[in-house]
Amino acid sequence: MSWEDFALAFLNLEIMREASPILVQGLVQTILLSLLVVPLGLVGGTVLALLSTVRHPLVRWPLMAWVDTFRALPPLVLLVFIYAGMPFAGLELPAWGAVAIGFFLNTGAYYGEILRAGIESVPRGQMEAARSTGLTRGQAMAYVVMPQAVRNVLPDLISNTLEVVKLTSIASVVALPELLFQARQAQSVTYNASPLVAAAVVYFVLLWPVVRLLSRLENRQLAGRG
Amino acid sequence: MTSRPIVEARGVHKHFGTLHVLKGVDLVVAERELVFVIGPSGSGKSTLLRCLNRLEEPSAGSIVVDGIDLLDRRTDINKARRRIGMVFQGFNLYPHMTALGNVTLALRKVLGLPRAEAEARGRVALERVHLSDRADHYPSQLSGGQQQRVAIARAIALEPRVMLFDEPTSALDPELVGGVLAVMRELREDGMTMVVVSHEMGFARAAADRVLFMDDGLVVEEGTPEQIFGAPRHERTRAFISQIERH
Repeated sequence: MSWEDFALAFLNLEIMREASPILVQGLVQTILLSLLVVPLGLVGGTVLALLSTVRHPLVRWPLMAWVDTFRALPPLVLLVFIYAGMPFAGLELPAWGAVAIGFFLNTGAYYGEILRAGIESVPRGQMEAARSTGLTRGQAMAYVVMPQAVRNVLPDLISNTLEVVKLTSIASVVALPELLFQARQAQSVTYNASPLVAAAVVYFVLLWPVVRLLSRLENRQLAGRG
Repeated sequence: MTSRPIVEARGVHKHFGTLHVLKGVDLVVAERELVFVIGPSGSGKSTLLRCLNRLEEPSAGSIVVDGIDLLDRRTDINKARRRIGMVFQGFNLYPHMTALGNVTLALRKVLGLPRAEAEARGRVALERVHLSDRADHYPSQLSGGQQQRVAIARAIALEPRVMLFDEPTSALDPELVGGVLAVMRELREDGMTMVVVSHEMGFARAAADRVLFMDDGLVVEEGTPEQIFGAPRHERTRAFISQIERH
């Protein structure tokens, strides 16, 4: 295969231009999806992390089972199960609903573990000092512990967010027309892989600034520790 | 008139699992009194102090502070804690807040004061520990002694009826101890009721009304500083005093 053949099959600017309107639609869907699932995951994760501070066995064991299950289950399997399996249980879900639930379960478990580590990184004395001044447990968590916890694990939170945005591409299996789904549509119509390459470029442009930010944060944390 | 004691702890027991850390301790502190608690590590003195604002839950006994029964189920412990200031060995300042932020958090969230009023009161508290000029500094920008003084300001800003000090100078470099003790002495002169767990004997001699020696979960001996440091009756007290005097 010559360079020209490769360029025609993968870097065909003409086809990319033709596919660009539906790729833009896909990009919009991907951004909307991310704006839905990242906050959902963060909310779920925060709830799980806060529950993890409860030492009672009736909370601890079910919580552990929950987090382990949804971290171990491949997100694609989980999504297919929710979308295609739940109707058998009498629950018909639209694609968006299935994606929202799937991500809430999966990314919530991941964010939860990150935030739990963050909470555990804050010395006990912080909670005690706050409580000694009359703050309730909730207030002490909100004003004293969580801000420090989030700061301590910020690089991990951002890194996980990057993964989540990329993972939104699995919504294509439930026919949600996000970026990858649209690129593959264009690919099958044109018999050409160039739309996929274009989609890859779009993902890169979208996420690269975040990757840079992450590196800077990580370097700063390393420097801070030194 | 004999006033009601500020702190009245009776028969306090504390178990940590199989460990019996407090074995029936009584502690009564009158208004404006400064009580010093000394004893070897593991004697239970810090645990006793932490029971007095229920950071530790006593296993048995009764604790009444300023007329409030701390162990009564109906007591709102968060409300009660406003009257009990605490200063920790490790300062425990909030590192993400300025000195003023540390002092005003409870004023705003517990007392519900508007920000401006809380900050005015916070600045007064910082002035009392001679750190007005450090209000906008973060803890990491302050020396250990300054951090501990901010922690004292954080506690006194709530105008507590009693202040608990848990080894307030043990984590400090020697040259920074004086500033913290000076602030504590001023508090005492202003009439603050204080319970201090510490080994600063010079301070105890100069400022304490009473010294308790604890060992193995019990109060072994108590008396004036002169009695305890000068003529301890019990063998264990004598051994402990001679040990800390060697330092």
